[in-house]
Amino acid sequence: MGLLLKDIEKRVDGKMHLHDVNLELQTGQRYVVLGRTLAGKTSLLRMMAGLDRPSSGSVLVNGVDVTGQSVRKRSVAMVYQQFVNYPSLTVYDNIASPLKVAGRSKDEIDRKVRRLASVLHIEGLLDRLPAELSGGQQQRTAIARALVKESHLLLLDEPLVNLDYKLREELRDELLQLFERRESIVVYTTTEPIEALMLGGNIIIMHEGRVLQMGPTAYVYNNPASTTVAENFSDPPINFATAEVKDGNAHLRIGIDFALLGRHAELPDGEYTFGVRANHFYLRPRSQEMIAVPSKVELAEINGSETFVHFSYRNRSMVVQETGVHPFKVGDDITVYVHPADFYVFNAAGNLEVSPGEPGSSPQALSGS
Amino acid sequence: MARITLEHIAHSYYPNPQEPEDYALKHIHTSWDDGGAYALLGPSGCGKTTMLNIISGLLAPSEGKVLYDGQDVTLLTPEKRNIAQVFQFPVLYDTMTVYNNLAFPLRNRGVAANEIEKKVHEVAEVLDLSEYLGKRAANLSADAKQKISVGRGLVRSDVAAILFDEPLTVIDPQLKWHLRRKLKEIQQRFHHTLIYVTHDQVEALTLADKVMLMYEGEIVQTGSPDELFENPQHKFVGYFIGSPGMNFLPCRLDGNLARINGAAIPLSDEMAALGQKTKGKTELGIRPMYLEVHERETAGSVAAQVTGVEDQGSFKVLSMTLAQNPIKARLSDSQPVPESTAWLSFPKEKIKLYADERLVQ
Repeated sequence: MGLLLKDIEKRVDGKMHLHDVNLELQTGQRYVVLGRTLAGKTSLLRMMAGLDRPSSGSVLVNGVDVTGQSVRKRSVAMVYQQFVNYPSLTVYDNIASPLKVAGRSKDEIDRKVRRLASVLHIEGLLDRLPAELSGGQQQRTAIARALVKESHLLLLDEPLVNLDYKLREELRDELLQLFERRESIVVYTTTEPIEALMLGGNIIIMHEGRVLQMGPTAYVYNNPASTTVAENFSDPPINFATAEVKDGNAHLRIGIDFALLGRHAELPDGEYTFGVRANHFYLRPRSQEMIAVPSKVELAEINGSETFVHFSYRNRSMVVQETGVHPFKVGDDITVYVHPADFYVFNAAGNLEVSPGEPGSSPQALSGS
Repeated sequence: MARITLEHIAHSYYPNPQEPEDYALKHIHTSWDDGGAYALLGPSGCGKTTMLNIISGLLAPSEGKVLYDGQDVTLLTPEKRNIAQVFQFPVLYDTMTVYNNLAFPLRNRGVAANEIEKKVHEVAEVLDLSEYLGKRAANLSADAKQKISVGRGLVRSDVAAILFDEPLTVIDPQLKWHLRRKLKEIQQRFHHTLIYVTHDQVEALTLADKVMLMYEGEIVQTGSPDELFENPQHKFVGYFIGSPGMNFLPCRLDGNLARINGAAIPLSDEMAALGQKTKGKTELGIRPMYLEVHERETAGSVAAQVTGVEDQGSFKVLSMTLAQNPIKARLSDSQPVPESTAWLSFPKEKIKLYADERLVQ
């Protein structure tokens, strides 16, 4: 049971918005669509909702082809980036509107509206108009209206992007709890790798209108299928260096040589791209095997709990992530350390050969949401 | 460049304010040193934009005075104060070349042509705009346009301060750090007084030497990023800085112990002595990254029930309940995750006490 997208293409004015999309989403599961702006996330969501018709391909719900069917006939609820509410209706009537349309009894409507309003902490605002609410309260109202429907498909298009980051943190926690209790398919788009990780469930990586990889979120994070997936699913950016491997040694073109260890040592000779995420660079050596990279600080970005130190080594900009607040000045000398086994290695075509994780780790069955 | 002082400033948007809640700014008495880089940080509605408008002269305060190098400028317009401003959206002349956009503020002030030429080239070079000088501004990317807005402030040698109102809002996430780096270089090279207004902690903590954290119309703490993180003076600072924010647990002091319902947390002698003198609602505060998490009972540890775990890639956030209070800890990606019961130790040097929301010190 679920939603099936088969060979979907979408062209608008000769431009390809979606290309060769094949996805199977299962009822009761949570899916995060991760991609940069213009990757096709919103196009994909509109296709799932029935707001847009594909140029070719088909959409099946529980085995029934619904490709041409209008959104009104489908069981869909959607939350947008912008806070969309009926401006002339109170918060209560906004939340109640889908139930009224469905002809539910007054008692049932009242019970459901009040229950959701209390879960989303807007129970004290039910008599207000949307214009009298803060941005966070407006979005809570829109979310309550989408959830009250108990639709088969719940779509959220970057719902938190226009909120302050602290509000985002709180609302994300609440949404997670709400998702856990639902029987429907939940699809949530975001541009932020960290948000995708926190939401967990399954991930769909989109880039330039194509689906690059799909699987359990933690598995995809630890085993990005290509350099493009790794770029899209790393924040701060993953650090890449092209390299030649010969007789169990790596020679990074930026001028770093080291002996390969563990599974990395089994790489056949050839050309590769080595990638290391910022949290696997360190400012102190953690073992004897670590490689030291003498560098200069370009900028220390502080996000509150971590510091991202952008540094340059032989004119190449890279970034290291450190826990805590560390003020560095532009131009400071630092030594950055990396363990030879902490690299992701991609072949000449850009596909993953070795990841630093445990050998033999494979996608587990899709975990329950 | 100037030293900017706000003397006993209060502002209300109502004609006859009565209650403290009627004020957007409650009581601000502070100053910005010449050549410093500052941030006004806070959530929407905290009063930071009101404060910026009072500094720039777009708004006259209900009470108090604004001084530039000791001169009262409270009633002067922004033009008279020689303030340069960079807004969320680039403000420039689309039809002019980049060169003319940068030269415009100087021509307006009757600066000699050779001086203009020199200054425009100097600023363009710092901002990596040299190759675009002959191009029309209209066709440039958002980050290049925003750099021009910054450059229009930098060319002026008479500018008292450059004020930034969320300047990186329209910049793509992948490009943000380049622009932050540029702003940081400018600050180290030109020594302008820079004031950034933002709700984004990354922006504030990265760009400013001193961050003023605002909450409900007041400045709750002014300090370096390090001070705000390690020593929050107010609960709001602990909550707002850091993800997740600081843990706060209502407690009762009993000798060298902080009692949280059934759980007892040992305190240092010094902290216990400080605690004895305080009145009001007492809470223990600790950062999630400083909590030590064990899978088994260890000396001095307390048991907490695990309610959830969030994988953030490079670390995990463990949610728990400790003596009926929610509490979060941060685990490194290599640390084992306790299944149902976690044993927590609170390093004494990392514990803070708060009385009626203020740090006990």
